[in-house]
Amino acid sequence: MATRVLVLVGTKKGGFILESDERRSQWTMRGPFCQAWPMYHMVYDGDSGLLFAGGGNEWFGPAVWRSTDLGETWSQSGEGLSYGDEGPGVQKVWHVRPAHGALFAGVAPAGLFRSDDNGLTWNHVAGLRDHPTRPTWEPGAGGLCLHSIVPHPSDADRMWVAISAVGTFFTADGGATWTPQNRGVRVVFGPELYPETGQCVHKLLMAPGKPDLLYQQNHCGVYRSADGGASWQEVTPGLPSEFGFPLAIHPHDPRTIYVIPLNGEGRFVPGGAVSVWRSKDGGDSWDELTEGLPRHDAYLGVLREAMAVDTLDRAGIYFGTGTGQIFGSADDGNTWRQIADYLPPIYSVETAIIED
Amino acid sequence: MARVHVPQSLTAILPGLPSHVWVEAASVEALIDEMERHWPGLRFRVCDAGPVIRQHIKVFVDGERATLATSVGPDSDVHIMTAVSGG
Repeated sequence: MATRVLVLVGTKKGGFILESDERRSQWTMRGPFCQAWPMYHMVYDGDSGLLFAGGGNEWFGPAVWRSTDLGETWSQSGEGLSYGDEGPGVQKVWHVRPAHGALFAGVAPAGLFRSDDNGLTWNHVAGLRDHPTRPTWEPGAGGLCLHSIVPHPSDADRMWVAISAVGTFFTADGGATWTPQNRGVRVVFGPELYPETGQCVHKLLMAPGKPDLLYQQNHCGVYRSADGGASWQEVTPGLPSEFGFPLAIHPHDPRTIYVIPLNGEGRFVPGGAVSVWRSKDGGDSWDELTEGLPRHDAYLGVLREAMAVDTLDRAGIYFGTGTGQIFGSADDGNTWRQIADYLPPIYSVETAIIED
Repeated sequence: MARVHVPQSLTAILPGLPSHVWVEAASVEALIDEMERHWPGLRFRVCDAGPVIRQHIKVFVDGERATLATSVGPDSDVHIMTAVSGG
């Protein structure tokens, strides 16, 4: 049996797929896909064998693209990605997430949609936008985007979502009602340090198989929750900057996490030196990983969706930059090398392991 | 029937949609709805909430800027156009 390792890349100008074997030393690239539409996220659904890509086009609006043949051909649909004629119009799809036989899409302006036919048609999960705080939701610089969808691994009724400049919300009833979960998360750009909502969460993830253990990279630091989001503990100390976008969790160790801090001015890596920071104790302490990464004159940034892990025994870690490079590690992040260059600005990176 | 000129960026994403089609309709909205019957998904790509024609798409009927309510004649020339884009 052959193992195919796919790195799924969403860019400003279409989707791309990098492919290697389990050694992850030689990579080939295919693309651009999806008519060079901006692609904000691309994922592989292991249950259906389908690829999904979420995007949006200034002319034609939001779409979820899908491929039944691992990227050889693609089709798109936006049917139902609408708040109705009263609006507002849905601009783009930021995130797609298969879960429990359904497919979910997070969009801008912030909202959640569900498809029960593998992305052909969509229904609005209206309970989230019915939340009484919704009139207070205001966009950050990246727009009012729902960018993180975190399903519970075994209970289809439970789910977390995160909205930039609004915060984390949780449902326990399949999306009918939602509760803000931002206790302990700072807001330094508003009148109140710990409001109920208004937190600028940049990426929210769950430790694999550990529904109580959540992490988030926020505009205002890195946080860990050990109680399913009910409360958050800041774990920023030890990092060179509290600001950053992406976050990744080791596939086999729920306490090992990765972030890429960016400076507050320019949103690029501090000092023009690229580092990935790894914690092996859930954020209590941090190590700087630099081997194989550009260490001078590299004024690049990494966006919220642009770091991912694969699930091989020796985990691969990958991140894509706003300047079109992809860096990969095949040894848990200890060493890195550039595996692609000259791509359009990279919005997202995900992985898929295919056993042929 | 009105002759409709369709941009390549739209034919590329709606399978089977040709670059020119002939449609019988009394208004732009009716024309789009008729096209939707043959190429599902077209209306969503041309129209936004409101409904209105999407911000960066323009429809011209016999050379004049049109809205969804604009009348279409039996010999009209209808252009669906996308904004120019760069970068």
